[in-house]
Formats: sequence, C-alpha cells, structure tokens
Amino acid sequence: MPGKALVITSGKGGVGKTTTTANLGLGLALRGHKVALVDADTGLRNLDVVMGLENRIVYDLVDVIEGNCRLAQALIRDKRTRNLVLLPTAQSKEKDAVKPEQMKELVKQLKDEFDYILIDSPAGIEHGFRNAVAGADEAIIVTTPEVAAVRDADRIIGLLEASGLYDPSLIINRVRPDMVRRGDMMDIDDIIEILAIPLLGVVPDDEGIIISTNRGEPVVLNGRCRSGEAFNNIVRRLEGEEVPFLDMRGDGLLEKLKRLVGLR
Amino acid sequence: MWEFLSRLFGRENEASKVAAKERLRLVLVHDRTTVSPCLLETLKEELLDVISKYMEIDQAGFEVNIEQGDDSMALVANIPIKEMKRALSRTKN
Ligand SMILES: Nc1ncnc2c1ncn2[C@@H]1O[C@H](COP(=O)(O)OP(=O)(O)OP(=O)(O)O)[C@@H](O)[C@H]1O
Ligand SMILES: [Mg+2]
Repeated sequence: MPGKALVITSGKGGVGKTTTTANLGLGLALRGHKVALVDADTGLRNLDVVMGLENRIVYDLVDVIEGNCRLAQALIRDKRTRNLVLLPTAQSKEKDAVKPEQMKELVKQLKDEFDYILIDSPAGIEHGFRNAVAGADEAIIVTTPEVAAVRDADRIIGLLEASGLYDPSLIINRVRPDMVRRGDMMDIDDIIEILAIPLLGVVPDDEGIIISTNRGEPVVLNGRCRSGEAFNNIVRRLEGEEVPFLDMRGDGLLEKLKRLVGLR
Repeated sequence: MWEFLSRLFGRENEASKVAAKERLRLVLVHDRTTVSPCLLETLKEELLDVISKYMEIDQAGFEVNIEQGDDSMALVANIPIKEMKRALSRTKN
C-alpha cells in the first residue's frame, strides 16, 4: 500500500510549520513508521537545521528534479532513527526552479517507499505553496491564536479546496494558558468555531522548543516537555488513536479557589 | 468591590479576546465573499440578457457592485431603463 502524503501549511509565516513537520516526522518514525520529510521552502531552507541534519546535505530536491542525482542519493538519513529521511531543498535556487507537476511525481515516488511523507510548505499562497500542496493527499493547517494567523488559515482552507484538498485538520500552536485564562487570547473553541475544521492538536508556547531547536533536537525526543507531549499526542492521533487534548486553561487562581470551596 | 474582585480574577481583560474574535468574524465575512471582477462581469452580462427581455436598458449606465457595510454585504445594481418593451406591457394588460 502506498504511503500518505501530508502537507503542513499555514498562509502566515512563522507560526510553526517547520517545527511541526520536524516533530511529527520524528514522532511518527520513533513509533515505527517509515517517514520522509520534504522541505518545500526552496530558497529558505530550514527543516535541515531544525532536524540537526544540516551537515549531511550533499544533494537537494532541485538536484533530483534537474536530474543531477537520483532521489535515493538526496535522501538524508536521520541520526536518531533509521525510519526517517529528509529531502532538503535548495538554498540558492529560486522558488520557481520546481514545477507542481514535478513535485507531484517526486512525492508519488516517495509514497512507494514510505508510510508518511510530510511536506513542509513555505509561507504565502504563491508558487511555493502550490508546489507544496501538489503531491499531497491531506493537509494540516498550523495557526496561532492571533487574528492575522487565523484569517490566513481561513484563506488557506479555501485555496486547499480549490486544489482538491478537502477536510484539512488544524493544529493551534503557541497557546499560552495564562493568557487564555485571563481572556487575553482566543481559546481553542473560539478558533474552531470560526474555522469550522477538525482539531488535530494544540501545542503550548514553550521555551523548550527554542532550546531544542538550538540543539537541532526536536522536542518530541523530550517526553517531559509539555510541547513534546503535545506533539506526541498528535502523532498518536495521526495513527488513529483518540487522545484527549491537553487542558490549555490550566489552573487559574479562580479555578483553584472554586475547587477549594467545592464549586467544582 | 465587584470591580476589585473582577480585576483580581482577570475579568476586566476579557475585552482583548472578545475584540480579537469580533474583528476576526468581521474580516472573514468580507474575505469569504470576495468576488472576483471577472465573476462580476459575467453576472452583469447574464443579468443584462434576462432584463433585456422585458425592458430596454441603458447599457452605458448599467452598474453592478458588491457593497460592503460594517457587518453586512449587498449586491447593488443600478439599471437605468430606456423604455419598456411595448409588446410585453400590452400582453400584461
Ligand atoms: N510552540 C512554540 N513555542 C515556542 N516557540 C515556538 C513554538 N513553535 C514555534 N516556535 C518558534 O517560532 C519560530 C518560527 O517557527 P517555525 O520556523 O517552525 O515557523 P514556520 O511556520 O515554519 O515559519 P516560516 O513561515 O518562516 O517557514 C521558531 O523560532 C520556533 O522555534
Ligand atoms: Mg518554515
């Protein structure tokens, strides 16, 4: 059976697509699936450094497409698990060095060999976005609880439909329980009500992500981290398991008091 | 006293999330119904065809637009009539 290709996209930049791709990819691989990560952000290569694999790159996606090497030669094996490979993209080429048709063909080839192909989409809705979605079977939209990010996510839902990708699922990243509790951040229900797509996961804002990215070690490797736990939960949901969402309201003073006096 | 309590429990700040949600709702009403100029032109031509069956229209003054209110939208058409079609007005009587 051929594998499944998932594109991770957002519209707005900097909301956590690359972080999500790295963590879900490594998480799935650690649970025994064969995974290929594809960096589709040509010209702004990122996924390799987030994965800590930047020193191993010889060939890239554009080399494969231009016929400078075979696909297998460009795949970089992860240092932590043999189940995971990364197809980096070119740093010095323009985004339009690749055509959607070529991406489609490449992803199709990967699907013969891997269970999951995760495609890290660039921000925006132009050429790079169209390349990233070209070969995908399903889409995961990443957003943060901010007006501009949710607005762009809504736009992306429409554009995905236009490319034949219906029913994307949503990851809400960088949620701050303290701010949600104060009423200073839109909560999960608010965002789901507005976008009306199924929720795949909620990831807290966590400095552990920055620390782990500094080291090139995705946070799923660290089970004690709340964001690592959140990404692991998403991995299990992708496998079809029902996992409850982390409680993002946390325990505010009011909640604690209410419990103390027996109100809940 | 209530004010003090609600400040203590952070109620006062609820405004920022409420504002975010409301602004988002409004901006999406607009985003989701944005109509391309091309579609508007096609709509205009088809409208013209239909209406021309019943009355003669001043084509130069014929306008169709989407108008955006604060939280609503409307399709607004201005269709100057040159003349009613005689044959039709007679059959109606
Ligand atoms: N949950 C989180 N908590 C804290 N920091 C985060 C979280 N998610 C992402 N970040 C940080 O935010 C920054 C942007 O993340 P990332 O590169 O994954 O976004 P992106 O959507 O891929 O950006 P681009 O659109 O530029 O490709 C990074 O510095 C990352 O470490
Ligand atoms: Mg990125």
